[in-house]
Amino acid sequence: MARALIKVPPSARRGEVIEIRALIAHPMETGYRLDATGRPLPRDILRRFSCRYNGELVVGAELHPAVAANPYFAFSAIATESGTLTFTWEGDNGFAQTETVLLAVT
Amino acid sequence: MTRAATVLVVACVALAGAADGAADGRRTGFDDLSPATQAMQRDDAQNPGMLWVAEGEALWKRKDGTRDLSCASCHGDVAAAMRGVAARYPAFDPTLGHPVDLGQRIEQCRRERQGAPPRSTESAELVALETYVAHQSRGLPIAPPSDPRLAPFVDRGRTLWRQRIGQLDLACAQCHDDNPGRRVGGSVIPQGHPTGYPIYRLEWQSAGTLQRRLRACMSGVRAEPYPYGAPELVDLEAYLAQRAAGLAIDTPAVRP
Repeated sequence: MARALIKVPPSARRGEVIEIRALIAHPMETGYRLDATGRPLPRDILRRFSCRYNGELVVGAELHPAVAANPYFAFSAIATESGTLTFTWEGDNGFAQTETVLLAVT
Repeated sequence: MTRAATVLVVACVALAGAADGAADGRRTGFDDLSPATQAMQRDDAQNPGMLWVAEGEALWKRKDGTRDLSCASCHGDVAAAMRGVAARYPAFDPTLGHPVDLGQRIEQCRRERQGAPPRSTESAELVALETYVAHQSRGLPIAPPSDPRLAPFVDRGRTLWRQRIGQLDLACAQCHDDNPGRRVGGSVIPQGHPTGYPIYRLEWQSAGTLQRRLRACMSGVRAEPYPYGAPELVDLEAYLAQRAAGLAIDTPAVRP
């Protein structure tokens, strides 16, 4: 499983805008490069990223070969209620990773 | 009055030095970065090098080898055991009779203490562990050992640094000593102080060691690079550590 670094404030006041950041280790091999012997390197990229807040989609993204390795997402959301943030990355070769972070709203 | 004014001037100069390079005119690679890349390095949530630190933390605790030991089994808490260690490498190894760098020391420990199969040089696992260990020295000054046995190797490193190599017939010193701050192919030439290794290099889209960086510069001047682990590369590392002594470590650094 790939390493992912997620930064979410551990607690927030109701109605507060919180900044969410997610970084994941992934080579994002474009499929357009050749190896040392001239054979094309097969494509291996992330295709989708999503962040759900208690099941509701906050951010969804489609990724393409031009995205650099180790993609980083930063976005914001309004803290409405305590719950879980679920981060999902899906990609080539059956890549799928889910991380969850708890958020306490007071 | 005059004395107070002098003290004030000295204090101002010291402050200016802290803000932009060392007081003696030495600049780290960080000082020459664009503001955007500096921000990327400063923020641990954004710095991709922290992925290697996180991977290294897992490896530090993972038991391996015939003795079923992890790094933590012997060294314990990393923050206490490894703080300042990276600042002292390369160090002279009395048994081998030559200096070893941090990655080679980790591999030596793995082979001899854990009884685990060696990792290939520059493998993702080795780079991750080295990044994790070096990260514990972040903020500490580079402090090469004053071991007299190290001196001939540092001298050899200095000679290599000034030796013209490759089809472009360039020595390291011609760019990094004589022309730092100017540009080659659009990129700023840094002074070449190895403060942040292993670095996350945007060109590589991955983390890599100082040996990888040295080899990249050698192929840049169209010379045949020394193989990984070559004594020449370690000598160069030992010389560069002396040259950068006192500059603060900022592993994992982000570089263009």
